Amino acid sequence: MAIEWKEGTVNTAGTNVRIMEAGSGAPTLILHHDIGTLDRLPFYDAMAAQCHVIIPTHPGWGINSERPEWLRSVRDIAAMYRMYLAGRGIEKANLVGLGFGGWIAAEMATMSGHDIGKIALVGAMGMQPTEGFILDMAIVGYLDYARAFFANPSRFTDVYGEPTGDMLEGFDLCREMCFRTAWKPYMYSQTLPHLLKNMTAETLVVWGEKDTVVPMSSCDRYMTSLSNARKEIVAGSGHAVDMDKPDQLARLVSGFFNA
Amino acid sequence: MDLLYFTEQPMSTYPADKGLEFGATALMFSNEHFDPVSGSELYNNYIEQYKLAEEVGIDGIMLNEHHNAPFCMQAKANIFAAILAAITKRVKIVMLGNPLPLAENPVRLAEELAMIDMISRGRLISGFVRGGGQEQLAAGVNPAYNRERFEEAHELITRAWTEKGPIRFEGQHYQHRVVNPWAVPLQKPYPRVWIPGVISRETILWAAQQRYPYVALNTSIEDTKKIWATYDEEAEKYGYMAGPENRGYLIQVHISDNEEKAINNARQFRWMQGEFTGLAHPVWSTPSGYSSPRNRRAFVEFSAGLRENPRGRTSFEEQVANMRIIAGTPDQVVAKLKIILQETRPGILALWGNDGAVSQEDSLTCIRLMGQEVCPAIREIAKELDLKSPDEANAPVHLKYSTDLRTSSVAAD
Repeated sequence: MAIEWKEGTVNTAGTNVRIMEAGSGAPTLILHHDIGTLDRLPFYDAMAAQCHVIIPTHPGWGINSERPEWLRSVRDIAAMYRMYLAGRGIEKANLVGLGFGGWIAAEMATMSGHDIGKIALVGAMGMQPTEGFILDMAIVGYLDYARAFFANPSRFTDVYGEPTGDMLEGFDLCREMCFRTAWKPYMYSQTLPHLLKNMTAETLVVWGEKDTVVPMSSCDRYMTSLSNARKEIVAGSGHAVDMDKPDQLARLVSGFFNA
Repeated sequence: MDLLYFTEQPMSTYPADKGLEFGATALMFSNEHFDPVSGSELYNNYIEQYKLAEEVGIDGIMLNEHHNAPFCMQAKANIFAAILAAITKRVKIVMLGNPLPLAENPVRLAEELAMIDMISRGRLISGFVRGGGQEQLAAGVNPAYNRERFEEAHELITRAWTEKGPIRFEGQHYQHRVVNPWAVPLQKPYPRVWIPGVISRETILWAAQQRYPYVALNTSIEDTKKIWATYDEEAEKYGYMAGPENRGYLIQVHISDNEEKAINNARQFRWMQGEFTGLAHPVWSTPSGYSSPRNRRAFVEFSAGLRENPRGRTSFEEQVANMRIIAGTPDQVVAKLKIILQETRPGILALWGNDGAVSQEDSLTCIRLMGQEVCPAIREIAKELDLKSPDEANAPVHLKYSTDLRTSSVAAD
């Protein structure tokens, strides 16, 4: 059955945030990668077949995304999304955080108290690795960085198609927003490991076996901080498990949410 | 006219084959290839060059700053400015420039520059730049806020220099609660500030708004005229008429006692495969947020190989033909510089004399001929063309010290 997606904007903290929405059932916020997101992905469709999926475009992340000039941190984005959910009267939303979106989800979780469902963190940034470093996008070209999200870089073209001016411009805008909000320390929070200790919502931490963007030791740190979490490693997947192994991830995540 | 000598201070002994093997000679090209023994020799060669430049009557020494690359050993502009302050007596110490956004503490810069000005007995020209994209990455500072940091640091420094301390500064990027430096410049209101640049429109506009001279760095005659047109139009809005005292021009000029040798040495201006800041991935030299949004599309397409380099690349022969590189005997050089001066009319002319592996002996010859033969001739031409330096024109150090503004202007408002 074809999924019908609705596009809208919601004004949050003075910024018009673009939202894609589909499906019905448990409200599930999917938070996309640092490189932005395509409008449609098999993973999104698969999730929308199971629940009410809400996918905001992080503010400023893309050509048609309004940039809040004041935005300074990932925690600011998390706060905006918490206010968005509250404004819509959505309680106990499930969160799916993809890479950079995983960091946002983790920050949201530390602000939520009891107003939280379950959380899936997929290749999440946010934790300083104890071994290795998070791949620095500043020294890598746009396409090389996006290709690094896949276990096999050529898979990038299968998902994104041939590079276009719009695609590259979108990548640059997203990168600029990453710099504006996550420059230093690069792609992690020094306080998150501590704040998460009291976060008791059920969490699934998913990592691509071949993630070369965020080292496995970040996954391990998440597992150490989280008191109510289990781990799943997806064999043969790169950093973007949602794009590399969409069916598998959808099964894992919706299985976890429905359990 | 102010006539300056410039060298990038190239690390000319780095292993070029290793650079080609690595594919880049900037930012990430390992400093295992930096030999401090030859570094030490080279720094002392450059000091010898500067001493000679003063001896032969050149008006000033131009310094700059770059990081992580063999094309320029000036890892800290203030170091050489301090050295010149002590070992020279007459030359202007022209910093073009301190990369302000690299400073996490602009107050410290204000202190250092004030010390240099006092030690040199008032010979500092304190130019400021945004710093190239690679410099931001080398220093770990956020390129996305580069322009904002530049403007804010400038404000903080000039206030530290001119306001009675202690003052408190709560900016977007810099917050200092006790600004009270016990080092203030000798020159009042503060040392002249010159702004070097290439094509960034925002920088040209900003320089005009401050009434700071803009020094065009080796741009083509055509591009230079466009820069002046932009500057002049903005100056008009701010209530003054720009002239040669607002204009500087840097040009690669190698002088020798014979043309063949001069041209041979001038080929060294392209020693970094024509990329004067070294070979680098485009996203290193233009990180996201660094460049003007209007250039975004052209840049991203170029960086991914979908478009030609918007800055273009010309051969050595073309650059000589277009007078982007001038090489020859003093007479030959003067003849070409005369055309440059007629076309671009700057009050400040910086002669970038030596680069790459030009021998110390040939470099010194270039400087000697520059000072003893080329500069006197250029000064005569400058007089004929009425190309006054900022000091000669008694130009105000900043717009706010102007006494000649048109009453109806942005500045007056």
